[in-house]
Amino acid sequence: MFQVRIHGRGGQGVVAAAEILSMAAFAEGRHAQAFPSFGSERMGAPVVSFCRIDDRPIRTHEPVMEPDALVIQDVTLIHQVELFAGLSADAYVLINTSRSFDELGLGEFARRFHRDRLLTCPATELALEHLGRPLPNAVLLGGFAALTGQITLDAIGTAVRERFPGAVGDRNMAAAAAAFRFVTLEEEEMVHASTD
Amino acid sequence: MLRQIEGSRAVAETVALCRPEVVCAYPISPQTHIIEAIGVMVASGALAPCEFINVESEFAAMSVSIGASAAGARAYTATASQGLLFMIEAVYNAAGLGLPIVMTLANRAIGAPINIWNDHSDAMAVRDAGWIQLFAETNQEAADLHVLAFRLAEELSLPVMVCMDGFILTHAVERVDLPDQAQVDAYLPPYEPRQVLEPDDPVSIGAMVGPEAFEEVRYLAHLRQLDALERIPALATAFEEAFGRPSGGLVSPYRIEDADIVIVALGSVLGTIKDAVDARRDAGDRVGVLGITAFRPFPNDAVREALSRARSVVVVEKAFSIGFGGVLSTDVAMASHDTGCTLRTIVCGLGGRAITSRSLEQAFAAAALDELDSLTFLDLDHEIVERERTRMTTTRRSGPSAENILRDLGTVASRID
Repeated sequence: MFQVRIHGRGGQGVVAAAEILSMAAFAEGRHAQAFPSFGSERMGAPVVSFCRIDDRPIRTHEPVMEPDALVIQDVTLIHQVELFAGLSADAYVLINTSRSFDELGLGEFARRFHRDRLLTCPATELALEHLGRPLPNAVLLGGFAALTGQITLDAIGTAVRERFPGAVGDRNMAAAAAAFRFVTLEEEEMVHASTD
Repeated sequence: MLRQIEGSRAVAETVALCRPEVVCAYPISPQTHIIEAIGVMVASGALAPCEFINVESEFAAMSVSIGASAAGARAYTATASQGLLFMIEAVYNAAGLGLPIVMTLANRAIGAPINIWNDHSDAMAVRDAGWIQLFAETNQEAADLHVLAFRLAEELSLPVMVCMDGFILTHAVERVDLPDQAQVDAYLPPYEPRQVLEPDDPVSIGAMVGPEAFEEVRYLAHLRQLDALERIPALATAFEEAFGRPSGGLVSPYRIEDADIVIVALGSVLGTIKDAVDARRDAGDRVGVLGITAFRPFPNDAVREALSRARSVVVVEKAFSIGFGGVLSTDVAMASHDTGCTLRTIVCGLGGRAITSRSLEQAFAAAALDELDSLTFLDLDHEIVERERTRMTTTRRSGPSAENILRDLGTVASRID
């Protein structure tokens, strides 16, 4: 089972992101479960959503306490919320920011993990460029696909277009594909850096 | 058709396939998504001649459902928590009058303190109202139980409540196999009322009944619930034949054949329990699970039979009777009183407190060693409780406990569970 936790703020599509990820996994014939943290969501308030992906039916209904991957849609949460609770040294982390882990003051923290599993991605900038709105949720799923290899970009595309039919879906998908390319290039650069 | 779909949406689409004629509900979390989706379908004309009646309260929602059902319409509503309490007089009336209304209860805690999250206090509050109460373990079962519920309700002329865990199921997006219209039509015949208000053939429904007949009327209601104990397994078998998957039934056993310890529970927590039980099996404990699908009527014989070989029974409950203990536990104790097993209660998940497989595993391991208390509140923060107890002992005007505890805890928005 692969477990994902998504953190963001009300209005950023945190719950929709988990749903879309689960729909993408379903499109690939896998079992998936997405659910929100069940708060009384308000615009701007911290929101958490969860997604589990497995090849077998998923029975548990507990929150994801020990995520295999963390997606952080809003970087301002990093010092307010226990974002990294339950994270193992093998986990993936994707943060929506144009800054690096060092610039975020997370350099020391990041060294506890596999270097190629922790990435930042300027999803809000990509969203503004492709959607004209600062909605990073579907964009980050493109980055998530590249980072974790748990889902294909095609499946994300199928799910995004199902959730947002028409032009909105197409624009989200273009932004997600851009994030996929961004993360893939970052990973390649890291490989080169480590072999040099 | 297999879909990756929100639980509420799956229920709404399934209810729509049941061809309701009157839907009447008042919005309350976590039921809202179900009613919104049905409202949209009715407004689009897709469910014609179904009418969606807007009302000003839950009391009106159930009252209109009663009127619609008495006039011969297939009636559906949904509520939760305080909404159920607000309609409770009419809830009793629907059962007392023998009207086959189907209602979804998106289980939620009852205030005060106000809490929108899941537990089973609402279902337990109307345990004795005369409704059939079925609990769904998964969203698949939540959807399927509605088809079964309409047929059961109309056969017996009794109202049926389908209980599904609020948020945990209603807001979870999971794989659900939704039936098609032809399948549902083949399983669920048109509603043929046992009693109907008709100008051409007038009758009175709901007349005053004095001591001379009241006990007999109540006893008849009891007999019809006992009939349901026969009909529920038969309809579950028919469901499996028609739809190709099992759903419903009285109880659902898991790995109990050789179990020393059997865990008994209602609803979606059964999934987490099964994972915990598998882990304890791997560790060498002989543990099994008994899910109760039909809580009312309570399947005494089926429960007794399932528990007859167990040395120890642990009832996991999302509600409790304050000043006493478990609610489901009481029923399980009655059913298994002569089997010689030890019965323990775990109260958990109150007001949405996360029930983790880790905590359950620890509790089941303790039960295997006979070290589990007879009444355990899972993951209770004893320190917080003690702090408030001390405050109450040392200060007369200690203030409202709930707010004191929140202040002690500090910010909770930052926590994951």
